[in-house]
Amino acid sequence: MAAEINKDLLLKMYRTMQTVRQTEERLRDLFKEGKVPGFLHVSIGEEATSTGVCAALTDKDYITSTHRGHGHLIAKGGNLKPLVAEIFGKRTGYCKGKGGSMHIADFSIGMLGANGIVGAGLPIATGAAMAAKIRGSGEVAVCFFGDGASNEGTFHESLNLAGIWKLPVVYVCENNLYGEFSSGKDVTAVRDIADRARGHDMPGVIINGNDVVEVYETTVQAVERARRGEGPTLLECKTYRWEGHVVGEEAFLGKDAYRSKEEVDDWKLRCPIVSFEKRFLANNMFTQTEFDTIKAEIKREIDEAVAFAIESPMPDPEEALEDMFAAA
Amino acid sequence: MGDITYIQAINQALKEELRRDPRTFLIGIDVRLGIFGATVGLADEFGHERIRNAPISEAGYTGAGVGAAMAGMRPIVEIEFASFFYCAWDQVCNQAAKLRYMSGGQADLPITFRTVYGALGQAAAQHSETVYGQFLSVPGLKIVVPSGPYDMKGLLKSAIRDNNPVLVFEHMGLGRSKEAVPEEEYIIPLGKGAVKREGKDVTVVAIGIMVSKALAAAKMLEKDGVSVEVVDPRTLVPLDEEMILNSVAKTHKVLIVDEGHLRGGAAADIAAIIADKGFDYLDGPIKRLAAPDVPVPFSPPMEQFVVPSNEKIVGAVKELVG
Repeated sequence: MAAEINKDLLLKMYRTMQTVRQTEERLRDLFKEGKVPGFLHVSIGEEATSTGVCAALTDKDYITSTHRGHGHLIAKGGNLKPLVAEIFGKRTGYCKGKGGSMHIADFSIGMLGANGIVGAGLPIATGAAMAAKIRGSGEVAVCFFGDGASNEGTFHESLNLAGIWKLPVVYVCENNLYGEFSSGKDVTAVRDIADRARGHDMPGVIINGNDVVEVYETTVQAVERARRGEGPTLLECKTYRWEGHVVGEEAFLGKDAYRSKEEVDDWKLRCPIVSFEKRFLANNMFTQTEFDTIKAEIKREIDEAVAFAIESPMPDPEEALEDMFAAA
Repeated sequence: MGDITYIQAINQALKEELRRDPRTFLIGIDVRLGIFGATVGLADEFGHERIRNAPISEAGYTGAGVGAAMAGMRPIVEIEFASFFYCAWDQVCNQAAKLRYMSGGQADLPITFRTVYGALGQAAAQHSETVYGQFLSVPGLKIVVPSGPYDMKGLLKSAIRDNNPVLVFEHMGLGRSKEAVPEEEYIIPLGKGAVKREGKDVTVVAIGIMVSKALAAAKMLEKDGVSVEVVDPRTLVPLDEEMILNSVAKTHKVLIVDEGHLRGGAAADIAAIIADKGFDYLDGPIKRLAAPDVPVPFSPPMEQFVVPSNEKIVGAVKELVG
């Protein structure tokens, strides 16, 4: 299986996972130093899902994201400088400081936005797929959403629409076992979100969300199915978020308020990056030096992006009045 | 009398009403943990049937509250952030607001909705909206916007005891503000506002967190010889029109301060009522200080630009008094 994926692609995926990991760690640290306004939702631990899925897409394909969208943006091909600048609220950010972390977007590469409303991305991705179908232009839309979002009405409405119209959409559930501070066990009637696909007459596939190769290969199949006009697929990536719902939540919830240290530590042992490194060092596909070189390059890129963000100006207050309506 | 915080006021009101009436129960996202502190400890005392963590499915659990109300219970439904009301719009506006009326008075809807509103500080547009203004044009809903701990406790208890849908808007910018409250139980009836500061030169009608900003502005203006009367309607529906009109009759000048938007919000609504019923009292046009008609931006300087501040209130009053 892995032999069919070329070495270049594997290394590219490694680079993407490392970029997501290191960027999210840096943002987390900056937040804890009080340098980031508002709230921050980081995806540390979930790098294989964003990376593996987006590696199967082109720039023309669409994705919608969640409130935890930095990884999706990076994996889709976004740039670190306007990402970090946006999170700092600077005028040079992707959204000119209007949106911040939860609303990060790069429409030029089909990244239709992170979203603050749980479940909002589902109909939006469905609609992007509908547009592609009407035009016959061949794009596929991918919706990233969480296990929590699969309990929203919009999930069921969207899957039904995609089913009746055979829309070229892939629904990717990042099941990290929690919706905000509630365990899926208490708020979701099914254990496997993929089971819900049957109720909407589409394939539902469970994947180890921490294995980037498995995520990639499964997504390729779903994307090809969509492009052939055969309709939607639901992929459920089992994964885990190391940092919790928001960075700094211990401050108002207390320590281990809803997740045990044992559970967190257990999932950290299944790190998507460490397991990738072990696997491809063991079979001599790559060397430690190659990995270390990439890590060092990424660190420099992040340093530059943070410096760019810090040096960038804040918007003028009156810019609040701009970007309301497009020219009629 | 002891001092309690705004968040403690919410917690105490909820505890007292949950103890008082076994038909009351609380449902919302993560209400057992209570992320803002308002519902902390309730699950320990009242158990998991009456303190329910809902999945993230606002239309579903809000509608379930509507159904439970019509089936004889008294639900307290928490919407985590006011902007999420939009996800539950049908159940609040088409169902809770209208079912009693459409059934010719058969349906009882003793349901309370509680939510956190307003700009918390760089939470961006989908977590910072005021929203209560939207409900003014949906007849059938009562709207409560308490401005401090004392009012919060008394008004929330009233809201829960009211046999109609009541929406209570909590601002976490007031979360740690403290005020003395009586040891004995007390209620503030809905529809009864309060003059929070007496004055003679200008009336400032302020909503919710804007009351404390207006009071701060009034202190600054006093140094410049301007005497500001700050009136707090406490509830937008029912509205204490008499209190507002009496004040305008006294001062002849009025500024309305609201965190909501200029178009179609609480300030516009109150201005129209004053123009209609208090025109003869006025020496000049009614002024509104509210958010410009843009979504709340993320970045601090832009966010500060759209939210009325103490200084902006001072400026607006000075313009009024000339």
